[in-house]
Amino acid sequence: MGEFKVHRVRFFDYMPSAIRTMAFNSQTERLAVARADGAVEIFNFNDNFFQEKVIPGQDGRATEALCWVGHRLFSAGLNGEITEYDLENLRPQYTVDAYGGPIWTISSNSQGTQLAVGCEDGTVKIFAILEERIQFQRNLNRHKGRIISLCWHPSSAQIAAGMTDMITIFDAETGHATRRLLVDRAMGASKNKEVVVWSVGYLSDHTIISGDSAGKVQIWNGLTGTLVRTYLVTKWDVLVLSVSKDESSVIAGTSEGTVIQFQFISSTMDQHDKEWVRTRTFRNHSHDVSALAHTDTAVVSGGMDTQLVVRPLLDKVEKNTQESALRKIAFPHRSLVGCAKKAGLLLFQFPDRLELWKLGESEGHGKPGDRLPVKRKPEKLIELKRKGEDHICCSALSACGGWLAYSTVSSVRLYRIQYNNTISINKVSKLPKELRSVHQLCFSSDSSKLFASSCQSSVIVVAVSQQECRYLHTLKHKTGSRQPVHLLCASDDGKWLATANTDCEIHIYNLHKMKLHCMVPVYNSCPTTIAIHPVTNNLISVHADQQIFEFSLVQKEYTQWSRRLQAQGLLSLWLERDTPITHITFNPKNPDHIILHDTYMFCIIDQSLPFPELNAVLWNQMTLKSLPVSQRIGQSHAFKICKSFQHLMCVSLLEDLSLVVVERPLLDIMSQLPAPVRQKKFAT
Amino acid sequence: MAALYEGYTLCGLVPDQNLSSSGIQGIEEERDRDHVVVTDSTRSVTLYKVSDQKPLGSWTVKQGQKLTCPAVFNSQTNEYVAVTDNKVIRIWKEDDILLDKAFKATVSSDVWKVHCTHGGEPVVLFQRGAVRLLDSLLAAPQQPIEEVLAQEEAIRWSTIIVAETQQFIIITTEQKGEHFLYLQRLNPNSVQRYRLEREEPGLSPLSFSATYRDKHICLLYLYPNGHVYQSVLSVRGLGTEEGVQALPLPRSLLLGLPVGDGQLEAASAMALDEAHVAVVGVPHPSAGGGKDFLCIWNTNFQTLQAGKEMAGKIYGQLWSYSNKVFIPHGKTLSIIPFECPKSSLASALGKLKHTKIEESKTPNSVPSWNNILHGEKAQPSKSAETRRTRTTRKSQSTTNLTTDQVLELIKTAPVEEIQKEVEGFLTRAEFQDLQPSVGQLALTLVSRSLADPAFYSSSTLAQLVHTRCLCHSVCPDLVLLALEKKDYFLCQLCLQFFPDIPEAVTCACLKAFISIPDVDAEKMSLEPDSVEFMENLITRDRAEAGLQNGFSPTSSVVNDRQTRAEDVKKASAPSQLSCPVGLHKAVLINEILQTPYSDTFLLPHLKDLSSQHVMLFLQYLQFLYLKYSQDAFPQMEGFRSPSLSQIMDWVCLLLDAHFTVLVMTPEAKGLLLNLHSFVKSQVRLVSELGKIEGSLQELRKMKAKESIGQYSIEIIELF
Repeated sequence: MGEFKVHRVRFFDYMPSAIRTMAFNSQTERLAVARADGAVEIFNFNDNFFQEKVIPGQDGRATEALCWVGHRLFSAGLNGEITEYDLENLRPQYTVDAYGGPIWTISSNSQGTQLAVGCEDGTVKIFAILEERIQFQRNLNRHKGRIISLCWHPSSAQIAAGMTDMITIFDAETGHATRRLLVDRAMGASKNKEVVVWSVGYLSDHTIISGDSAGKVQIWNGLTGTLVRTYLVTKWDVLVLSVSKDESSVIAGTSEGTVIQFQFISSTMDQHDKEWVRTRTFRNHSHDVSALAHTDTAVVSGGMDTQLVVRPLLDKVEKNTQESALRKIAFPHRSLVGCAKKAGLLLFQFPDRLELWKLGESEGHGKPGDRLPVKRKPEKLIELKRKGEDHICCSALSACGGWLAYSTVSSVRLYRIQYNNTISINKVSKLPKELRSVHQLCFSSDSSKLFASSCQSSVIVVAVSQQECRYLHTLKHKTGSRQPVHLLCASDDGKWLATANTDCEIHIYNLHKMKLHCMVPVYNSCPTTIAIHPVTNNLISVHADQQIFEFSLVQKEYTQWSRRLQAQGLLSLWLERDTPITHITFNPKNPDHIILHDTYMFCIIDQSLPFPELNAVLWNQMTLKSLPVSQRIGQSHAFKICKSFQHLMCVSLLEDLSLVVVERPLLDIMSQLPAPVRQKKFAT
Repeated sequence: MAALYEGYTLCGLVPDQNLSSSGIQGIEEERDRDHVVVTDSTRSVTLYKVSDQKPLGSWTVKQGQKLTCPAVFNSQTNEYVAVTDNKVIRIWKEDDILLDKAFKATVSSDVWKVHCTHGGEPVVLFQRGAVRLLDSLLAAPQQPIEEVLAQEEAIRWSTIIVAETQQFIIITTEQKGEHFLYLQRLNPNSVQRYRLEREEPGLSPLSFSATYRDKHICLLYLYPNGHVYQSVLSVRGLGTEEGVQALPLPRSLLLGLPVGDGQLEAASAMALDEAHVAVVGVPHPSAGGGKDFLCIWNTNFQTLQAGKEMAGKIYGQLWSYSNKVFIPHGKTLSIIPFECPKSSLASALGKLKHTKIEESKTPNSVPSWNNILHGEKAQPSKSAETRRTRTTRKSQSTTNLTTDQVLELIKTAPVEEIQKEVEGFLTRAEFQDLQPSVGQLALTLVSRSLADPAFYSSSTLAQLVHTRCLCHSVCPDLVLLALEKKDYFLCQLCLQFFPDIPEAVTCACLKAFISIPDVDAEKMSLEPDSVEFMENLITRDRAEAGLQNGFSPTSSVVNDRQTRAEDVKKASAPSQLSCPVGLHKAVLINEILQTPYSDTFLLPHLKDLSSQHVMLFLQYLQFLYLKYSQDAFPQMEGFRSPSLSQIMDWVCLLLDAHFTVLVMTPEAKGLLLNLHSFVKSQVRLVSELGKIEGSLQELRKMKAKESIGQYSIEIIELF
């Protein structure tokens, strides 16, 4: 296969934002996750936990709570506003000010007709959910002290509200407080500190479960207002609770990073009277667990340490299967790194800025395993701060490095970069008005066109040149899918453009004729990346379930290679990887080579080699290395996997055939997190 | 740690114009601990009830007359005795209103003081040193009084002390700058004169204090340069010769108090108990030069234990009755309760060095070096905490007694009542206060048990030990008492909870445990956890045995060619291995194995074991070792169990102590050979570990090489 010179880049200071809250929609199996920077991410639990959509954040949004109502997603935050999101255009649809100061919590009743929000000023406000908007209905009786947490009774007749030092139960009809449950403060020195009820749950048998800042999970009888049980689970705070759909299990997240499960079971085998019993403790986080979701089969948790953890409950799933594996999602499922292959430039996308780096150079040659002396260090050419308060949602760098574009939910900006002795960057001032809200940007390989995915899966084609920036066409498909296009890819010869949307559709457009060429047969898993082969013009697509397809654009059918691959099947080791392939590049010198990567490996697929037998070893590099050259041929197969580099954000092949590997070690991310709460360890 | 508590005012004072004296002549204890008679320097005597801070009665002499000695209370007759104008002895009862109408008698010589011990007869001390019992004096008031003191010799201080049944009057005198001490025994009368060693020229003692303990009278005196000396006078040797000759009085420097600038003027030192001295009028070492402090020093450790600043001028007067210090200062007479629990070394690392720690110190169960040295905030031990909350509700019905009352109760009450009250007390008490009082309770209980063989309250003691506030140095007799009473459960608890059991006591326990007859042993009840552990160990099925990480010491025993065939057979047939001691005995011995010790101190005591005992013990240790190495490691969580290394350490110690004897004992031969093979297998294990360590270190070095910077250009090869 050969040697590669690798630029090993670790200076991309990507720092994910802490997970603030999450909401799980059990009908659609979608999980919405809100981060501290205001971004909302949608994960599809039916499709290998693929991160389908990302709604970029906004300065000052400070989302505190999320709530699904059917297919609609609402959020509320400390800015005092309730926001409904437009999940087709990946932006807030509208915001409504609740006029109650910062909002701590939002909750909808079981029928999905009313939203309750808890405000800083002590009011619980009820909003009616209408067709296209929400409308303020009334306030429940106001109490002194902020409303921190809310939960509707499944019958929608009562609302439990967690406050400081107490839980109040409201009659949702009259708005009167019917009961008040006083929550004990912590013992000892913090006795003077008021206790905050961070989370409440209200079960259909009128059991109320609360988690508070004194580290207690308490079970109350909501009818009599009596305390049934107290579990002191942590020295710090119990930040969040989540109740399973069948109300037989509750999980609580603590500041220590643990998630504790309580189950409603009979304490002895043959007894019928059930009680809430603390059963399991999961420790998958180093910091606060501030968001939890209890799905039917798993505990989903997230918090300060920015990772989303899916921990299957082993009594609900089959053991020792892919389903029962713990999953940690640390990186976004899309590429934040752009690479100008011709110019050797890297573009790093942050929510608030873009960084353009020029790779370094080395001198001399070395043998495999060597590290070459760096003759010229990598250089940061441009750091471009975004304007406005909306965060950057996508960016693109042309292959020549001469054009740079980025977009927020409200605007697109295009820059011309010139490299003489000095570097100059000029904003292209007049952009066509069609370029306003886009989800994905992409330059054609000759840098003459900019493609931008827009609303209703359409793609806007804009011609860019030195003189002007001109709108050419809007490409539309006919399937009627309104889902956003999350992948864009233009062929090297400038003839084809491929788009993929979250309805799993892949459309091919003929750019010469500016019309739809064909649609790839819909596969039931979302494509995580697509690319068009520069020589054969075949479309390679990799899906969230790790399947790989090759589709001939000319013949409009799957290629022989793809059919053979499907016939033989991929190795289970390949299918069980838990991070999606996020980028594909090709080797210009050897058209048989397809280079793709996920977070933990990159792989070169050699189409000329046979597929591995089902019982073969997928990762056979060590074996091959130990064999004499003559025997290697017999042993080698199409998948050449390299695991030397970890936590990959991007792998790309430059024109000079050197690989660029952008790593972001998790340890570096961890080291930038604030210190976790102090925990007593032995002898400390 | 001694402590001074918040004080309160008994009465106001009318000091002199120039504030040179406090206006109080003396304070004497009245009928009980709660009543005192205060005599002021002029004309009046007042009776106070201390706890109420209120006067119950007051008597005044006529204008022109003057009280020249503090009034004392004769508890035999319930009368007060005082002297006016040096020569007139007055005696009155509480219901006498006018002093002038009370009984009076004029004596022929000037009286220095009247002394009276509680329950004893008043003794009149004349200024010229003669001593009379009050009754005999009143029989003939005008009887001639002899002169004991020389010319120019004057009494400076005097007191009365009861030693056993004898009353002693102690007088200190001064003659031309020299100081003498008279120890006067009453009935039969005899006197011994001592000469005090000279301090720096011109310095005379500021205050004296005498106590009786261990058949000796201890005299404590303070010099203006801050030196506190102690002289010990034997009571026994007295009276054999009528000494006119002044014997030199040996002294030892007890404390060198910091005096700041200049010398002490009005200061006083008083012994509170054998280890604590209360000092007034001496500067606080960490509070600058002011001398208005009341401090308690520990003389054993030379540490300041408690200090309190007193407002206003200090007159250098100090009295102490029933754990209360009476101190006139400024214009008030204050009462400051104090407490001097028995010091253990740990708790005695006093205030002087760690003033800061004292404030932040949270209750900790048994003071540990770590806590004292590093100021680590200790969490109150959980078991005590939860137990207290659990029983809080239950105990609310019982009457709330203070520590003192419980202590009193312990001295007299029957076992059941004590048990109830102590339990109530423990549940009520705040954890902070628990430590000193638990120590006191245990001490009192133990001393009563020692004194009264019929009295023994096992459960109360166990309860106290369970608080984890006790340690061996606080209550040194407890373990031995438990051993004596064959209360092995308590022994077990002590071994578990006391961090500081001396090796001698450990050995005594070991000896006692080994020699319990097995029949007796099985009858006693011990802590269930440890019993369960041992049961598991003994009845463990052979089927469970397996290799531990691939290493099996037994297999090495089997493979050892040098071991004799029959030993091999014995060791390799562990299913027949039976515990050489009974279950409960084994449990107790396990407890010994887990107590901390240092081998240098343990060895000499171990040598006292008889060879039978050593054999039995070694056999048991061998049994444990085999069990541990055969079965999958049996140290189940939650059980207190000796570790393998503890077992090996004890085997080594025993062999060290008794090797020669064992070598000569024919029946020990097999055992020794077995133990030899154990050692061999351990040595092999360690050497294997050493090898692994080497390779692991290499691995670490390899890892360290891979430090990747922000950017590098590398060559990789794919095949």
